[in-house]
Amino acid sequence: MRIQFDFGAVLTEWPLLLHGICWTIGLTAVATVIGLALGIAFAWARASGPTWLRWVVGTYVELVRNTPFIVQLFFIFFGLPAAGVKLSPETASVIAMVVNLSAYATEIIRAGIAATPRGQIEAAQSLALGRVQIFTRVVLPPALAKVWPAMTGQIIIVMLGSAVCGQISTPELSYAANLIQSRNFRAFESYIIATLLYLALAIALRRLLQWVGPRLLFGR
Amino acid sequence: MTFARRPLALGLVTLAAFAACGVHAQSALDDVMKAKTIRIAIPTDYPPYGFVGTDLQPQGLDIDTARLIAAKLGVKAELVPVTSANRIPYLQTRKADLVISTLGKNPEREKVIDFTYSYSPFFQAVFASKGLPIKSFADLAGKSVAVTRGAMEDQELSKVIPAGVDVKRFEDNNATIAAFVAGQTQVIATSASVAGNMMAKNPQVGAEYKLLLKDSPNFIGVAKGEDALRGKVNEILADAKKSGELDKMSQKWLGRPAGDLPQ
Repeated sequence: MRIQFDFGAVLTEWPLLLHGICWTIGLTAVATVIGLALGIAFAWARASGPTWLRWVVGTYVELVRNTPFIVQLFFIFFGLPAAGVKLSPETASVIAMVVNLSAYATEIIRAGIAATPRGQIEAAQSLALGRVQIFTRVVLPPALAKVWPAMTGQIIIVMLGSAVCGQISTPELSYAANLIQSRNFRAFESYIIATLLYLALAIALRRLLQWVGPRLLFGR
Repeated sequence: MTFARRPLALGLVTLAAFAACGVHAQSALDDVMKAKTIRIAIPTDYPPYGFVGTDLQPQGLDIDTARLIAAKLGVKAELVPVTSANRIPYLQTRKADLVISTLGKNPEREKVIDFTYSYSPFFQAVFASKGLPIKSFADLAGKSVAVTRGAMEDQELSKVIPAGVDVKRFEDNNATIAAFVAGQTQVIATSASVAGNMMAKNPQVGAEYKLLLKDSPNFIGVAKGEDALRGKVNEILADAKKSGELDKMSQKWLGRPAGDLPQ
């Protein structure tokens, strides 16, 4: 078997690839923003919320972290219509990614919160700061700073995991690669290009998050 | 950033090594006869051509055809389950010697693989619920259509639909059917046999036949240039056609004889 590369056959389909990249970036961006916000809220609930809320969030986290992403996605897209909830593939993908990321983010952020020295909170209390102020000003920023590398890794995993969303016809990057491959049968070239694109996206995303984190979320 | 660059370079070298080590086989027929085994790619998501029975064994028209060819060659059949989207790559990368998987013939495919004679009849069509008025392809505008990516109906559909049709492509037939049955799409483009099975199992959907996409008998796929194997399979198919074996299989699984199949 001789392999002859014909990257031209794949690259002429660049509008499809570009469209796919835009979708992958868009899905990841929305999932990251909402997922992080939920993760912070859930982490607070698990760390210092009322007991019943701890139970609810704990169950949610365990349920999501112990089931495969593709099953969650299929449940939302193929399963929920039976309950009368019809979602477009794109919406279903975003929801699945948000659900997935928020559960992992909860545990990552909770680890950061747990690492906050007791004395720091007592010092804040002695300054008569309120509960909300203590959480948002004293506990959360150093907690996020501590776990940011882990969070960056998790967000990249979710971005790469969005490749699965093509299974329900969300037109993201791997869907584009599959579609091109099914049209011109240049499987090797399609997937090499998709691999390189994912690699570039992941590196760019990591750089971006490393830049954004200290500036927007927890100060330098 | 040398430390970040080195793994990247290593990865590229590995990739290049993969590309370089393509081993050239002598002839697929020689290999098959030597190994006393023929690897045949078959569908497991396409009743009645290929599906998994309650005993978890693949069965169907394509599987019977695969067994017939292996028996006539005097070798063991090793069945390799594939999907519509990956059956041609399986042949190209020599993970299978033959593809007997409801494969239709078209010029795009003839560029990358070779075909034997036809072995069974097949046609694709558009289906939707009885309440949905669809008289021509123009009526599909503004509607969502589920189709299996890379399947014949995907290519045929792309040729005939007007602008503004929301085509949703799924990885395999099961996902395509699930999307349609769940109401995620209004229309489904698939083969008559798949649709028949879907309608029988889901009467509540109320689907019916709307438009013919293409009459396209099935051929067996052989890797490009494997003329010895192709010739041998053609011989077997011609004999089976004459002896009525092809008709018998078609009758058993499709409820009608194979009829006059193109060679």
